[in-house]
Order: sequence, then C-alpha cells, then structure tokens
Amino acid sequence: MNLTVERVTAGYHARSVIFDVDLALGAGETLCLLGPNGSGKTTLFKTILGLIYPTAGRVCVDGEDIRGWPRQRLARTLGYVPQAHTPPFAFRARDVVLMARSVHTGIFSSPGRPDVVIAEQALEQLSILPLADELYTELSGGQRQLVLIARALAQQAPVLVLDEPTANLDFANQMLVLRHIRELAGSGLGILMTTHFPDFAFLCASRVALMKQGRILATNNPHEILTQALLEQTYETPLRVVDAGEGMRVVLPRFH
Amino acid sequence: MTTAQSVAAKEEVRARVMLRPPRSAVRVRLVFAGLWAALVLLTVFSLLYGRYTLPWQAWWQVFTRPADSGMAGIVLLEVRLPRILAALLIGGALAVSGAAFQGLFRNPMASPDILGAYSGAGFGASMGILLGFNILGIQLLGFVGGLAAVMLAWSLAASLSRSGNDPTLTLILVGIIVREAGMALIRLVEYVADPHGKLAAITFWLVGGLSAINRRDLLFVSVPLLVGSALLLLLRWKLNVLSFGEEEAKALGVNPWRIRMVIILCAAVISAAIVSVAGMIMWVGLVIPHLARMMVGANHKALLPASFLVGSCFLLLVDDLARGMFTLEVPLGVLTSLIGVPFFLYLVVHTRMGRT
Repeated sequence: MNLTVERVTAGYHARSVIFDVDLALGAGETLCLLGPNGSGKTTLFKTILGLIYPTAGRVCVDGEDIRGWPRQRLARTLGYVPQAHTPPFAFRARDVVLMARSVHTGIFSSPGRPDVVIAEQALEQLSILPLADELYTELSGGQRQLVLIARALAQQAPVLVLDEPTANLDFANQMLVLRHIRELAGSGLGILMTTHFPDFAFLCASRVALMKQGRILATNNPHEILTQALLEQTYETPLRVVDAGEGMRVVLPRFH
Repeated sequence: MTTAQSVAAKEEVRARVMLRPPRSAVRVRLVFAGLWAALVLLTVFSLLYGRYTLPWQAWWQVFTRPADSGMAGIVLLEVRLPRILAALLIGGALAVSGAAFQGLFRNPMASPDILGAYSGAGFGASMGILLGFNILGIQLLGFVGGLAAVMLAWSLAASLSRSGNDPTLTLILVGIIVREAGMALIRLVEYVADPHGKLAAITFWLVGGLSAINRRDLLFVSVPLLVGSALLLLLRWKLNVLSFGEEEAKALGVNPWRIRMVIILCAAVISAAIVSVAGMIMWVGLVIPHLARMMVGANHKALLPASFLVGSCFLLLVDDLARGMFTLEVPLGVLTSLIGVPFFLYLVVHTRMGRT
C-alpha cells in the first residue's frame, strides 16, 4: 500500500494554505510531520483524508487518485486518529471503538457480533481491553487517545493518520502512545503523524518531513533532517541538537 | 514473571473479559423488560380508568362481542382506545425524534421543534381555523405548514453554509429564526381572529390535548409517526457516529449530509403531524431522551428504542392525569410542561448534563 501526495495545493474559500506538497508513505513506514503552528499540517491532513479537495495536484493510493472516492472506501484505506477529545455524550469505550465498524456496514445496519470481536481485538492489541466497559468521558487523556487509536485499528485500514497523538498527555502516556505507534508500524501499517516535539521523531519515525508556511522544507530520515540548521530554519528559534548516546538525539533550546 | 507466564496471564484476562457479556448489556436488557411491562400495565390501567365504570364482565364482552356491547363498547373502542393509542404513538415518536436531534446536533438542549416544525404547523392550523376550513383542512394545513417551516430552515442553512462552517450550528441558528418568525405569525393570526369564536378555537387547538382524538385522527397521525419513527430507529447506529461531529463521521466512512437530511425530514414529519392533531405538546421531546439516557446510557442503539418506550409511558400517564385529575379536563400540553420543567431542573442539578 502506497500513499502519495503529488504537488498538492489546497485551502479554504479559494485561499490556499498548503502549496506544492509532495509526500510518500509505504507500508511499515512512519512518517512524522513537524512544523510550527499554522504551517498547514492540519490542512494537509484534511486533504489526505478527503475532507477537502486539492485545488492542484492529487492524493493517490497505489497510484489511484482518491478524489470522488466514496466515504466508506476512503475510510477502509485511511484510519484517522483525532486528538483526544470530549464528546457530548458518555459512550462506553467499547462503543467508541465499535463506531469504526460503520466503515464495513450499510446505512441502516448496526455492527454485529463479528464487529464486536474485531473491536475487542483492537482494544486488546493496545492492552486496554479491561477498559471496554468504562465510560469514554471518564477515562484519562492517555487512555482516551489509546481508545481512539483502537478505533482506527478497528477500521482495518492499511494507513493510520494521527493528529498529534501525544498532545495533552503526561510523559509516561506520551511514551506509551509512541511505543504502540512503533509496534503498529512494525506490524506493517503505514503511519502518518504530526507532533510538536522533534525528539519524538527520533523515537518512532522512519522518515521526517519539515513543514513551514504551507510548504515542505525537507523530507528524509530523522538523522538527516533533525539538524540544528534545518530545525532552526523551521521553528525560527535558537536551538541545538545533542547526542544522547545509543544513537539517540535530543533537541534543546539555546537561551542567551 | 517469565514471558510465558505473562502471556498466559494476559490470555486469561482476555478470555474472562471477552466471554462474559458486558455489564452494561445485561442492565440494558433488564431496563427494556421493565419498560415493556410498564407499557402493558399502563395501557390496561388506562383502558379501565375513567369516569365511566362497568363490572369486569361487561368489559370482557366488549372484546368478545363488540357488536352488541352498547355504551361500554363506544366508551372503550371509540373513545378510550384511540386516545390511548394516540398517546403511546405521540409520546414515543416525540421522544425518539428528540433523542435523534440531540445526537445529530450534539446538543442536550435540542428538541424536535428546534427547526420550526411546531410553530410552522401551529401557524398552518391557526390559519385553517381563521379561514373557516373543516377539520381535515385544518389538519392538512397544519401538517404542510410544519414541513414548510423545516424546509425553509434547511434551505436557508444550506445557502448560508460554506466549507469550514459547522453545518449543524448554522442549522440550529437558522431554525431558531424560522421558529420565532412562525410564533410571531401565530400571534398575528390570533390578533385578527374573532375573540368570541375563532380565537378560542385557535387557543384550544394550540394548547395541545388528546381529548378530541377519534379513529380518523389516529389514522391521520399514525402513518407519519410510524414511518418517521421506524426510519429514525433504523438510523440509530449512524447517529452514534454523527454525534462525534462532521469530520470524524466522514473519516469513519459515514456521509453525514445524507443521513442528516433523512433525520431532519423524519423529525419534521413527526412534529408537524402531532401538532396538526394534538396541538403543541411541549417538553416531551426534550426531557424524555435525558430520562432514557439515565436508564440505558448514551449509545443510540439502545437510547432510541428506550426513548420511544419511556415517551409512550410518560405521555399515556400524563394523559390519564389530564383526564382524571379534575372534573374539568386539564390541557395535556400544559401538564407536560408543568411536569417537564421541574424534572428538567432536577436533571440539570443531579446529572452530568450541566457540566462540560
């Protein structure tokens, strides 16, 4: 399964927000998208998910343009994980995951027993099956994020798109989510995610794309991209990249 | 602990959790059993309850030999039965469309009349009375008025919505405008109506009640109510997905636009039909879904059928009160409001509803 974004320009009300974006993602790869607020990451995600259409260029799955694909076909290909949120109603975690099965059911039908098993397997895969009967609204932020990842898994799509999966989580939960992302990529899923922490790209990304003012500055493996020069150019703040041993690098600020 | 042990422990947890039916499912089944029982008991009680009483043998005769049951037959089959069936249907359909609207608009304050169906139907019916139409003409005009108001709100919202706007929020705002315009038009009709004749008829119509329901009214109202409720019940799983918002619903493979239109159309047909035979019965569509949610949880798969049953029981009970509390019948629409308001206050204080 290959997801490609080819020279895509897109935006809202004829105002373009992203320009000439090129990206590619294959099975088992984790592509981490870094960029300051307002650099167009969300718009790029919306374009990839088919929520808005590009004004130029195209988004392709295995070479086929996704424009005009029915919603269900898109959702069978791309599983979307939004930031953990609070819905207006107190659904149980199991039901939240089960909602993914709409991808495979008709308009008037509800998920059946096989769908419940698939939902429970997705919860099990992330080791949160014991939370199945809990109310989603009463879970912690980290648990809610895992439930949303489980929901995307239950879509059984080959590509996962995660919008800042570590936002608003404490340190342990951030690492928990990153560990699961690594495992999922290891199992052959293609993963596209955004994060505000360059360090996390070292921890889980096979490739990194830097985005600024609607354009991709550079795409490569983490060690080529996460350099002082490129990161300072992206974030416009003084920083340094420090070798932390065991092939790990961390980004630290430089204060004067 | 060795790896083998931890795997075995994990398997055990898995087997335990997956084999037993979820706690919530057992509870929901019990609630439904209780609701059906309450519905049957209330229906039997309502058939027997009233100023006209007879020995048991006479009631039995009405069902075995209705042709020569005389007065008892008329009271039971022509007066009480249509009224009971109407209360069950109207209460259930109102509650189901309220629950559907609350899910669709992701708003616990949404009620079925939020897009102007009630005031449009009220305006249509009062115009019918003002123009001296017969009863069928008044009902038809009310029904058409209710549908027209919702269509107006829908098309206005559609022409205003642009990409990036929240379409459901636009719809609510436009709906409130249409609703208030309808209310103003009703006031205008009332103002020009003859105060000694037609004004009283209009007021009596709008205040809402089932005292005048006969078999023909029941037939008029049952088709839209049954079809509308059935469609809403069929869409109840998709409502779960829609309640997560426009973009997530799309990402989960659901086309929100089409489902939203069907839900709004069903609720409009239900509300317009109800106003045209029974006037403006307020609060049932707002309060009952909250009561049902307390019983079976937020999952619309259980919530919609539960809302129907709770709504049926509630309206039947309140209608019994309306006809039996005083020698003069209390208008049903007034009673549902008088009971609904303090109950809603209770919900705000005692549930998570008031919190964000």
